[in-house]
Amino acid sequence: MRDNTGIRLLKDRVFKSIIIIFSFAVIIPLGLILFGIVKNGISAINWDLFTKLPTPPGEAGGGILNSIVGSLILILIAVLLSVPFGIMLGIFLSENKGRFADVLGILVNTLQGVPSIVIGIVAYLWVVKPLGGFSALSGGIALGIMMLPIVIKSTEETLKLIPFSLKEAALGLGASYVRTMFKVVLPAGFSGILSGILLGIARIAGETAPLLFTAFGNPYLNLNIFKPVDSLPLVIFNYSMSPYDDWHRIAWGASFVLVVMVLVLNIIARLRIWRNMS
Amino acid sequence: MEKYVLKVIDLSAGYSGNWVVKNVSMDVPHNKAIAIMGPSGCGKSTFIRCINRMHEVVPGASVKGKILLEGEDIFEMHPVKLRRRVGMVFQRPNPFPTMNIYDNVLAGYILNGIKLKKEEKDRIVEQSLKNAFLWDEVKASLYKKGTFLSGGQQQRLCIARSLAMNPNILLLDEPTSALDPKAQAMIEELITELKKTVTIILVTHNRAQAARVSDYTAFMFLGEIIEFDDTAKMFTAPKDKRTEEYLTGKFG
Amino acid sequence: MKGDRLFRIVLWIVAGLFSAMMVFMLASLLKESLPSIKAFGMHFLYGKEWNPVVDKFGLLPFLVGTLITSVLALIISVPFAMSIALFLGMFSKGGFWPKILGYGTDLLAGIPSVIYGFWALFFLVPIVRNFEMKAGIVPYGVGIFTASVVLAIMIIPYISSISKEVIKLVPRDLIEAGLALGATDLEVAKDVVLPYCRSGIVAGILLGFGRALGETMAVTMVIGNSNSLPKSLFAPANTMASVIANEFTEATTTLHLSSLIQIGLWLFILNAIVNVIGMLIIKKMEVK
Repeated sequence: MRDNTGIRLLKDRVFKSIIIIFSFAVIIPLGLILFGIVKNGISAINWDLFTKLPTPPGEAGGGILNSIVGSLILILIAVLLSVPFGIMLGIFLSENKGRFADVLGILVNTLQGVPSIVIGIVAYLWVVKPLGGFSALSGGIALGIMMLPIVIKSTEETLKLIPFSLKEAALGLGASYVRTMFKVVLPAGFSGILSGILLGIARIAGETAPLLFTAFGNPYLNLNIFKPVDSLPLVIFNYSMSPYDDWHRIAWGASFVLVVMVLVLNIIARLRIWRNMS
Repeated sequence: MEKYVLKVIDLSAGYSGNWVVKNVSMDVPHNKAIAIMGPSGCGKSTFIRCINRMHEVVPGASVKGKILLEGEDIFEMHPVKLRRRVGMVFQRPNPFPTMNIYDNVLAGYILNGIKLKKEEKDRIVEQSLKNAFLWDEVKASLYKKGTFLSGGQQQRLCIARSLAMNPNILLLDEPTSALDPKAQAMIEELITELKKTVTIILVTHNRAQAARVSDYTAFMFLGEIIEFDDTAKMFTAPKDKRTEEYLTGKFG
Repeated sequence: MKGDRLFRIVLWIVAGLFSAMMVFMLASLLKESLPSIKAFGMHFLYGKEWNPVVDKFGLLPFLVGTLITSVLALIISVPFAMSIALFLGMFSKGGFWPKILGYGTDLLAGIPSVIYGFWALFFLVPIVRNFEMKAGIVPYGVGIFTASVVLAIMIIPYISSISKEVIKLVPRDLIEAGLALGATDLEVAKDVVLPYCRSGIVAGILLGFGRALGETMAVTMVIGNSNSLPKSLFAPANTMASVIANEFTEATTTLHLSSLIQIGLWLFILNAIVNVIGMLIIKKMEVK
């Protein structure tokens, strides 16, 4: 038998080197993006950014208080809508088998795949048009719909991991199904479901497309959910596309705030998952 | 020619600093069947996985000591070369599900990128399958997927796959533990036939199996080889008390 | 027990409501698209002109823009994504660097689209513009190529994480059998791992493609927003998603708005198909 081991080992080594180079090349754009945001963002961070409202175009100074508050309102609406429904649907999917559950599972996947801009159109048709104007409510509903599949899936997956024996034990003690679910199964899956919710929030906190024609944006501070509000991603979009340097600076500041927020949410979520596993 | 096909000298192996195999030494003569038996967790699988350096594939694995294959230090050989000379059959039958029976037998050649002529391939496939007592059962369906075979047939296919490479040594890691009694008997018969041409090292937790098929038996306990002797001798007059206890079913 | 029945009934109602919501979503999009569907019929799909001034609307420029950017993004991202998947799913034995790579791709997946767009606008666009000046092309900076690069960076973590999971489904037994026959890692990857999970990897790439099709903000910010058929890879263009983002709030006529909604309808359908196929393939693999 001819010995071709040398060439084979060489090919193997070349192949692995390529794999490693290509893999770690991906760190480069990540580094560049983070570097850009930190470098430009830090210099934009000051007390005014968090406490002041935007100034008119061309005028220096100003902050993004309206967007921060707006983002919080939008996230709150989205969470209030998606969490209860999402958990219930997650329970349903983890408890039921059969054709309807299969179809429901496919629908959840479909919703997760629907482009965010299309969710924006739907929220526009369902909320903005009937109410006659852009509003925080419509934006929150759009984000809530986007968050729904994330909550459903994390609930379903967490509950499926909970040993059946735990449920059996509770039912065996004569506890009712509802009590078993709420006192035994859900608490056991609490941290998994919570991390799903946190990841969901991290995801929608940065969503812009569905807000363009729902929450719309608002340079003033607004707490009324039937009026338009601004949000961090919206202000990043609008300011970065503007020709004013001062607005660009604020957009970098807002990007920094948003990335830190998303990062922190991700880290907390992952810590919880980790604790759940151990 | 070396007197022993394999010499294991003071071998220790383990995972992340935790030694599972401790200072094992063993000389393996040509064309004999060696059984390694012991209670589960005694390190017997880890031990034979050192012989073809599959142990090192696991993250955190460590190994020290020496193993000589026909006088050559295997830790200085490239694993790829070593494994062509030391075949291995696993606990659960694992034919490649994406290949048909014919290609499964030739898998070693296919994977190693060795081009063969059609006649040569046919000859290797037929010979290997015959050697593995499988030819008559599959000769009509060589181009069907190997995963349609029964468990025992799949395991014999895996043996044929290893034999096709003409190894010096064949490692069998509890090859019958996932099979039914009939398939098990077939494999045992096969082993007694195979040892005429290839050295066999068989890991088993089945004492009767060790007694039936092997020429020499090693009893491993807590990572050490307690006793290594002629099978007939060991089963009739074990020297160590622990061997005796194991053989009489006191533990394991 | 009474509470139990009530709880189960509520669960079923919520499940029914959710299904109804999905149906209504499609129905609403369809209903609001009707004026445009009636006005243009099938011509909407291959009409080359999109002109709000004369109320004439054809999807073709955006369909072409979407497909080119998405396919180009896939071509750029697949080598990187597959490398990461093979490295993390098969070769790495744990340790510091694989962990860094894992966190890195997670982080890449977590960065909001609008920030990718913003970064690209200020870092990538000048680089592309410089290149275009040297190459003697009209130096827009923005355009299909820039958008594809940003899209590629965005979908790498997505494809790599699905492919990695799929590769991890390959039974350890088979990989060891390959190695035990004296194969190198490359040979095991090529002849054992990839044949086993080919369909799952295709599904991962398909899902990445779906992602790219619907991605809006980053693309909108760097594609240059031109409503004519793109003439080259460096020309400004629009995708289906970006034209909606650009024109929705400015649409004044019913037909304009309705045409934009029809684009949304097609995006919805396209993505639903891509996602369902991808998910089904992966489900089938997991069962095996």
